[in-house]
Amino acid sequence: MIPPPFQYYAPTSMSEALSLLQQHGAESKLMAGGQSLIPLMKLRLASPNHLIDLQKVPGLTTLEERDGALVIGAMVREATLEHSPLVRQRYPGIVEASEVVADPVVRNFATLGGNLAHADPANDHPAMMLALRAQMVAIGPRGQRRISVDDFLVDTFETSLAPDEVLVEIHVPQPAPHSGSAYVKFERKVGDYAVAAVAAQVTMNGDVCAQAGLALTNVGPRSLRAGAAQQFLIGKRLDDQTIREAARLAGDAAEPTSDLRGPAEYKRAVVRALTARALRKAAQRATGGAN
Amino acid sequence: MTHVTLTINGEAHQAEVEPRLLLVHFIREVANLTGTHIGCDTTSCGACTVLINGTPAKSCTLLAVQVNGAEIQTVEGLEQNGQLHPIQQGFFEEHGLQCGFCTPGMMLVGKALLEQNPNPSEAEIRRAISGNLCRCTGYVNIVKAIDSAGKKMREPAATGAPTA
Ligand SMILES: Cc1cc2nc3c(=O)[nH]c(=O)nc-3n(C[C@H](O)[C@H](O)[C@H](O)COP(=O)(O)OP(=O)(O)OC[C@H]3O[C@@H](n4cnc5c(N)ncnc54)[C@H](O)[C@@H]3O)c2cc1C
Ligand code: FES
Ligand code: FES
Repeated sequence: MIPPPFQYYAPTSMSEALSLLQQHGAESKLMAGGQSLIPLMKLRLASPNHLIDLQKVPGLTTLEERDGALVIGAMVREATLEHSPLVRQRYPGIVEASEVVADPVVRNFATLGGNLAHADPANDHPAMMLALRAQMVAIGPRGQRRISVDDFLVDTFETSLAPDEVLVEIHVPQPAPHSGSAYVKFERKVGDYAVAAVAAQVTMNGDVCAQAGLALTNVGPRSLRAGAAQQFLIGKRLDDQTIREAARLAGDAAEPTSDLRGPAEYKRAVVRALTARALRKAAQRATGGAN
Repeated sequence: MTHVTLTINGEAHQAEVEPRLLLVHFIREVANLTGTHIGCDTTSCGACTVLINGTPAKSCTLLAVQVNGAEIQTVEGLEQNGQLHPIQQGFFEEHGLQCGFCTPGMMLVGKALLEQNPNPSEAEIRRAISGNLCRCTGYVNIVKAIDSAGKKMREPAATGAPTA
């Protein structure tokens, strides 16, 4: 399969990339690793006339803790996240999401920014970013702005980025003491999208839960925040009964449809089981110390 | 048309190509190196895997222009001066192939793994090849082949094989 023809640009500065976007507007597409976009172009599901490759734009590969956040450049590759000692130690949920994106060879090129900007409800990072309450930083002709991940994810393949904006950084709040995160995915085989997956984040205050983040992958038109389940956990000990009730509420928050990966009611049951697992893992990490 | 220069197995290949030309087509049809296979054409099977500046990538899902200027390694570049690379010896000795269709991708992924992690566990080998499908062998002998290549690469003097 061969993509339809297009003009190719590899701008070497952000201002050049932005002016190309302005010039070509809806006819153009940004490309990060190309691991979602090139398959779509081969299938003629995307046919941009102008392809703007971001790989030579400087400043998009930051990976450091700064001003209370883990700052991840949009062009940071999955393989880099997976192997970063900082991310492994402090943000295990992000590593667990990276490790289940596609397969190790695809992850050598796929980027975090591409995974989020693609806004496929089957993509693994959006739910983890919802649970961690991340902020997206975008730049456009009107300057830079921050967007909460809840506002960023609009619908299937749709974000709140304007057509002339570029996602530049993802800011993940640094974990408070006694916090833990986890991502648990159920897939049919390596490299497949999730039947369902659950992202969890908890912060403990003594033996009660002070803050919780819970979000779901591939059981709705976009990655979903399980708001009622999060709320239910606050102020409670994370015992079996509490976790069972939170799992039930998370199942109710899912909006699955029946497809090749299973009937809707089955997926809802998978969400309940994975919610319990993700919460236990996150809580264990929170009470175990470091992360 | 765009001018693309790729160094493939140490040799420069230049061409005026359409930006939509996929890397795998550059390798097979411009450089005439047909050891890199096309299986699924949908980023799933890994038959088209090559090394780009040492890192494995699926060449059916990259544009040639996207990697302009890169050093590419394909299966044809493994043998040096008539001497099989240890990864090739491993596949040969451990019967790591039957039809051979997946083998170029498997060997390149195996080589990249061993360069990063000279003594991988079985689980690490299985994880590294999890983006590469084999419809013949059942994988057991592929895992053995990569493990055996690792042993050879850790003791280069014993086999006289080159280490890179
Ligand atoms: C076989 C296979 C299996 C996969 N399985 C999974 C899986 O299980 N889970 C999963 O999460 N993903 C999966 N993926 C998707 C893969 O991880 C994608 O590569 C990734 O989601 C997109 O990253 P990319 O860097 O390749 O983006 P690209 O493909 O380059 O871009 C994707 C989209 O984002 C836009 N974009 C990219 N960067 C920016 C930016 N900085 N600002 C604004 N817009 C931008 C592009 O215009 C495009 O619309 C799979 C892919 C393949 C090929
Ligand atoms: S041909 Fe490229 S992954 Fe199958
Ligand atoms: S040997 Fe036939 S596909 Fe692997």
